[in-house]
Amino acid sequence: MTKKYSKLEAINLDAYYGDFHALKGINIAMEEKAVTAFIGPSGCGKSTFLRTFNRMNDYIDGFRIEGQILLDGRDIYEKDIRVDELRKEVGMVFQKPNPFPKSIYENVVYGLKIQGIKDKKILQEACETSLQQAAIWDEVKDKLDKSALALSGGQQQRLCIARALAIQPSVILMDEPASALDPISSAKIEELIYDLKKDYTIVIVTHNMQQAGRVSDHTAFFYMGELVEYAKTKTMFTSPKDTRTQNYITGRFG
Amino acid sequence: MRVQEKIIEGLLWLSAAITILITVSIIWVLLSESVKFFSEVSIVRFLTEKEWTPLFAEKKFGIMPLVAGTFLTTVIAIAVALPIGLTIAIYLNEYAHARFKTFIKPLLEVLATIPTVVYGFFALTVVTPFLQSFIPGLAGFNALSAGIVMGIMIIPMISSLSEDAISAVPRSLREAAYGMGSTRLQTAFGVMVPAASSGILVSVILAISRAVGETMIVAIAAGQQPRLTLNPLVPIETITTYIVQVSLGDVPHGSLEYRTIFAAGMTLFVFTFLLNNLSFWIKKKYQEKYD
Amino acid sequence: MTNSEKNRLKDKAFQVFGVFCTFIGLVVLAIFLIDIVIEGVARIDWDFLTSLPSRRAARAGILTAWAGTLWILVLSAIIAFPLGIAAGIYLEEYAKKTKLSNFLEINIANLAGVPSIIYGLLGLELFVRIMNLGGILLAGALTLSLLILPIVIVTTREAIKAVPRTIRDGSFALGASKWQTVWHQVLPASFGGILTGVILALSRAVGEAAPLIVIGALAYVPFVPRSPMDEFTVLPIQIFNWTSRPQAAFLTNAAAAIIILLLITFLLNGIAVYLRHRQQKKIKW
Repeated sequence: MTKKYSKLEAINLDAYYGDFHALKGINIAMEEKAVTAFIGPSGCGKSTFLRTFNRMNDYIDGFRIEGQILLDGRDIYEKDIRVDELRKEVGMVFQKPNPFPKSIYENVVYGLKIQGIKDKKILQEACETSLQQAAIWDEVKDKLDKSALALSGGQQQRLCIARALAIQPSVILMDEPASALDPISSAKIEELIYDLKKDYTIVIVTHNMQQAGRVSDHTAFFYMGELVEYAKTKTMFTSPKDTRTQNYITGRFG
Repeated sequence: MRVQEKIIEGLLWLSAAITILITVSIIWVLLSESVKFFSEVSIVRFLTEKEWTPLFAEKKFGIMPLVAGTFLTTVIAIAVALPIGLTIAIYLNEYAHARFKTFIKPLLEVLATIPTVVYGFFALTVVTPFLQSFIPGLAGFNALSAGIVMGIMIIPMISSLSEDAISAVPRSLREAAYGMGSTRLQTAFGVMVPAASSGILVSVILAISRAVGETMIVAIAAGQQPRLTLNPLVPIETITTYIVQVSLGDVPHGSLEYRTIFAAGMTLFVFTFLLNNLSFWIKKKYQEKYD
Repeated sequence: MTNSEKNRLKDKAFQVFGVFCTFIGLVVLAIFLIDIVIEGVARIDWDFLTSLPSRRAARAGILTAWAGTLWILVLSAIIAFPLGIAAGIYLEEYAKKTKLSNFLEINIANLAGVPSIIYGLLGLELFVRIMNLGGILLAGALTLSLLILPIVIVTTREAIKAVPRTIRDGSFALGASKWQTVWHQVLPASFGGILTGVILALSRAVGEAAPLIVIGALAYVPFVPRSPMDEFTVLPIQIFNWTSRPQAAFLTNAAAAIIILLLITFLLNGIAVYLRHRQQKKIKW
């Protein structure tokens, strides 16, 4: 099977919060089963952009977009697209671990349960598989019925990844997934991302330049709502074309 | 599933919209009966006659005695609750330890949870006899006891709302005052209270509104004699007490006497409505100032 | 004495006054409670709790009164609980920041400030006359439900507001719909807070006499209500009735009934405080 080079695409995308023009004319295509990192200073629009891929911005009053977002060639903002179906395809992991105040098991199977799946066997299998994929099974297998809030921050974040994997998406969006964690937990998340890209298309927003360098295949640099530069990570980090990119990567601002 | 979502949202909306229906119903009920009342008794008579005797053979329909009774008990209640409540707010904010504060605040709230009929009993059987021991002219039913007890009841209302207002004053202001060598008292009255004045005002207005609408304490302890007086020592009647008095009797539906309670209720509603909205308006203005 | 010494003295004096004010209300309350207990506690026995009302003070009991209070408590809860929570959910989770939702909010704040006796007039016209129910339990419970509805709505909103945004995001990101998110995540996480608010609202309803007097609840009901369609009295009305009689023996009865009413009120408030405490311990975001 050949890899698609346009699993996710944005075409002439503009986004607004009321009068504020948050994203300006963005065009990008992202490779399947690879990691694409979005970098840029705070407020550059990278998180807003990430959230357009699973339409998480829909709940914000006054938010609107122009242009297209394509998933496997299909515009996800078209009228007959069902947001819940879209989100089964495009999972998301947030900046701060946000486990539900329920048991570990209930957290993982939540996405399946709300789809109406009640079969205990299916749920249990999905739970184990997802937790194994998220490399946390060994740590929690004996306490699946314990509260997820009792886990450490790093464990909680891997649980949230397992929760996203359980509904078998093809894309996973990660919004600074390691920024709230200690260095060791952070390293574990990075390892996990590296393993997951065998099966998933991953888009990750990060503030951490080294992290982008370590985990991503491609990097997109955003500045003031514009996509300034998009290239293979190695290329971008060794020979950035735009001076703004260069300044950011070398730490002159950000 | 989308249809189900829409139905649920519709039901939830309906529940919220019922609150508007309640307001409309209140106004409609009060207005429709009052209109019938005022078709028989002119508004001029209602506002200018000095006696209120709709249940007597010789009927007079001047609301002023009831308004005076309500005013009197409210003023007494606020005269008790404002200094005490405000002092508590300042004390808890500027002097007391945080631990003491978390311990005492729920205790003060207990004052607001006691049923008002219980306070009425207290005013009649404890406070009035106690006051009579050194105020010789005090009648068995009087505005004074009822007002004082009502004041005790609304202390937590003023203290907690004022305390919120004072603690919302930016720290920097307080620190600036201490930095110039002010004592706690000077800081409190020179800086904190003026800065929190609109919030304190809101608490007082809401307390007034509460006192104006309070029923059982005055019905039990203040008497049932409509009287155009500001003398706190004699029996009076408030608007609320009058409504209770008529409700306890056997007044036929549709009679003029029946309609008097709606005219009285309308008067009461107008007062509390104006007071409440005045407080919302001040609150909103004040929030804009600090944002 | 120097100026600064004077200032320090004033400061100290105010501190003493502050302590005095903080405790004066509580001291008065304590005096009152002790007075009530001394006067009433000896009157409370099995007969007092299980006897019907009587014109003779020594034989009168509060059976019909506390039974009526329990009925009112349960019925008001059944009516106001779902309605208030649904309205709270709508305002907090669904309503967009439009003029209409702004108006709804001001309206609810206004309703919370309407004197209880006005609700009595509303109930009198709406339930007793127009719906022709008469002064029965159902009319009383409907009236009190409207009275406590704003409190239930406001506390529901506060409890829902305390659930972090991230929990909703997590649920939406897994493909949950708005209602699924509310039902599976927001409500369970805020249930303790909502319940606390509802119980506090009910404790308010239990103490109300004025609106029930206005709708025509009777002081003298010689039987225990068996259905929501029966006539009724409640403890506060019974207390009011006994308090307004001249004979001392009825005042003793009133004091005894007050003890029972306060026990119910404090019990409800105690449950609310306990629930709040447990909720705070259980979930730390």
